[in-house]
Amino acid sequence: MSTLEINDLHVSVATEDGDKEILKGVTLTIKDGETHAIMGPNGSGKSTLAYSIAGHPKYTVTGGTVTLDGDDVLAMSVDERARAGLFLAMQYPVEVPGVSVSNFLRTAKTAIDGEAPKLRTWVKDVNATLQKLDLDASFGTRSVNEGFSGGEKKRHEIAQLELLDPKVAILDETDSGLDIDALKVVSDGVNRFIEDKDKGVLLITHYTRILRYITPDFVHVFVNGKVAESGGPDLADELEANGYDKYVSAAAV
Amino acid sequence: MSSALEVDKVISHLHPEGSFDLADHPVPTGREEVWRFTPLKRLHGLHQEAPFGAGACTVEVSAAEGVVVEQVAADAAERGLSGLVPTDRVSARAWAAADGATVVRIPQDAVVEGATTISHTGTGAELAGAGHTVIIAEKFSRSTVVLSFSGSAVLADNIEIIVEDGAELTVVSLQDWADDAVHHSTQHASVGRDASLKHVAVSFGGDLVRHDATASYAGPGGSVEMLGMYFADEGQHIEHRLFVDHTAPHTKSNVIYKGALQGQGAHAVWIGNVLIRKVAEGIETYEENRNLVLTDGCQADSVPNLEIETGEIEGAGHASAIGRFDDNQLFYLRSRGIEENEARRLVVHGFFNDLIRKIDVPALEEQLLATVESELEKNVLKAF
Ligand SMILES: Nc1ncnc2c1ncn2[C@@H]1O[C@H](COP(=O)(O)OP(=O)(O)OP(=O)(O)O)[C@@H](O)[C@H]1O
Ligand SMILES: [Mg+2]
Repeated sequence: MSTLEINDLHVSVATEDGDKEILKGVTLTIKDGETHAIMGPNGSGKSTLAYSIAGHPKYTVTGGTVTLDGDDVLAMSVDERARAGLFLAMQYPVEVPGVSVSNFLRTAKTAIDGEAPKLRTWVKDVNATLQKLDLDASFGTRSVNEGFSGGEKKRHEIAQLELLDPKVAILDETDSGLDIDALKVVSDGVNRFIEDKDKGVLLITHYTRILRYITPDFVHVFVNGKVAESGGPDLADELEANGYDKYVSAAAV
Repeated sequence: MSSALEVDKVISHLHPEGSFDLADHPVPTGREEVWRFTPLKRLHGLHQEAPFGAGACTVEVSAAEGVVVEQVAADAAERGLSGLVPTDRVSARAWAAADGATVVRIPQDAVVEGATTISHTGTGAELAGAGHTVIIAEKFSRSTVVLSFSGSAVLADNIEIIVEDGAELTVVSLQDWADDAVHHSTQHASVGRDASLKHVAVSFGGDLVRHDATASYAGPGGSVEMLGMYFADEGQHIEHRLFVDHTAPHTKSNVIYKGALQGQGAHAVWIGNVLIRKVAEGIETYEENRNLVLTDGCQADSVPNLEIETGEIEGAGHASAIGRFDDNQLFYLRSRGIEENEARRLVVHGFFNDLIRKIDVPALEEQLLATVESELEKNVLKAF
């Protein structure tokens, strides 16, 4: 049982000409077992929302609250948030030279669980997960994200999702840059996670394509730093047909 | 050296005239290009007239099977075999003062298992020491030689490395000195036809460590890899000056130095000079220096310098960077639940890992990893 509650969230970034407000009052509740899709045009603030929930130092929360099962997420450090059960699959996963994937995964798993995983089952789990995501076992010895193709980076994010098994996952454009086969592989991974009961998912995407494989319970249109409209899965179909124009021009006035 | 190669004279500040005559090396003022980064005051007079004496270091030799290590007199023929001619006063003084030399000889065709280690342990003696070592890898031999330095001493030495045709040699110079040690080392390698040298400098301890490592080629097809790793702590001055002189065609050089700095007054200097002479057609060179600045109050100077006198080269490049912890890397790791100090540890280990892999001396690997870990404990992990 877990609920991620975002209430009237305001976030700004420091720019050369002073602070710039990017999120202008986001309110959203993700209950356990729910998949929410957030769709919006480039630059509308989707990644800002994801990073702010995860606690990236670049973003300053100027108002509002974020809670996970009632606990104040904004008061937690980045790693505390992860240990509390939040996971962010990043739009642009970061390269960490010289740190092997297997070392990274084991260190993360140990941190999340508070104890080292049992060696034998862990190695098996890692290999099985990599395989399910169509990643060669040799990925274990490679440096984190270094030299990975765009698709490999995204699949590596989902491998982490499955292995770290958080309560709520935020997936920031995990679908972008994937060919159709990779999209299926990634979607299967996300669906395995969702079906594993009580999991909340915030699926950020620019295109409706991934929604053919992952069925959302709710769709939110995100424009100019806030939710412009919410609806069911059919809202995605409407966006597919008509695009964001209507919302963008409404937000501009 | 009889050579069909006509090595032309170049007028380059990269290539100062050497001389054995002390009169040609006036006491530096600190304004000279080659001295401007070095805190002369902390050299204990090595650059002036400080007297040398015996017993600054005890030397312990552990020769791998098949390798011959012997002490020779100061006038032995091996001295000077590499072509080393002192280009600065400290080197010239050490040359004149050394009362002999340690000669390491790897016989022709010998493929040697394991490393030959020459351990220098500073005794804390009043007087400075003058050392001389000559490493001769005879034709087609393969071996590894580790020179290690620890304890407390003021030492100036010249180290000559001769890699004969077709030989493969790894030389590691490991400076793991006590906090008050001063070490000025001049190391020169002559690399034969189709020979390859891996030269590794690892500097952790010492108050002032200044290393000049130079290489030139005695024939075409030779290859030099210069790898370096250093950790400059509070108040420490660690200076590596490299010079690869491409004196022959189709030669290769690859220089990678990585260092971390931490603590008030930590100073790292890296000068990477590469000269590609007119005769050196079809050569390939790359040099890189990366510094990871872990705390405030440190200074890293990094000066790559490539001088090219022929247009006919295969490739030449350099990179130099001085950076702090990458916020995005730390964020990525922490977003997976990894605590901040653990994330920093991972990043620093990662920074050095590929270099340690390249150094590829199994006997040393664990020691290097452990040293990184203990260096980290001094600052990076303490602060959190
Ligand atoms: N450091 C910064 N300085 C100025 N503007 C910034 C900065 N960081 C982000 N922004 C702006 O914030 C806005 C939102 O960016 P964000 O990355 O959240 O958008 P997005 O919806 O994820 O876009 P995309 O679909 O391209 O991924 C953009 O207009 C972006 O230019
Ligand atoms: Mg984005």
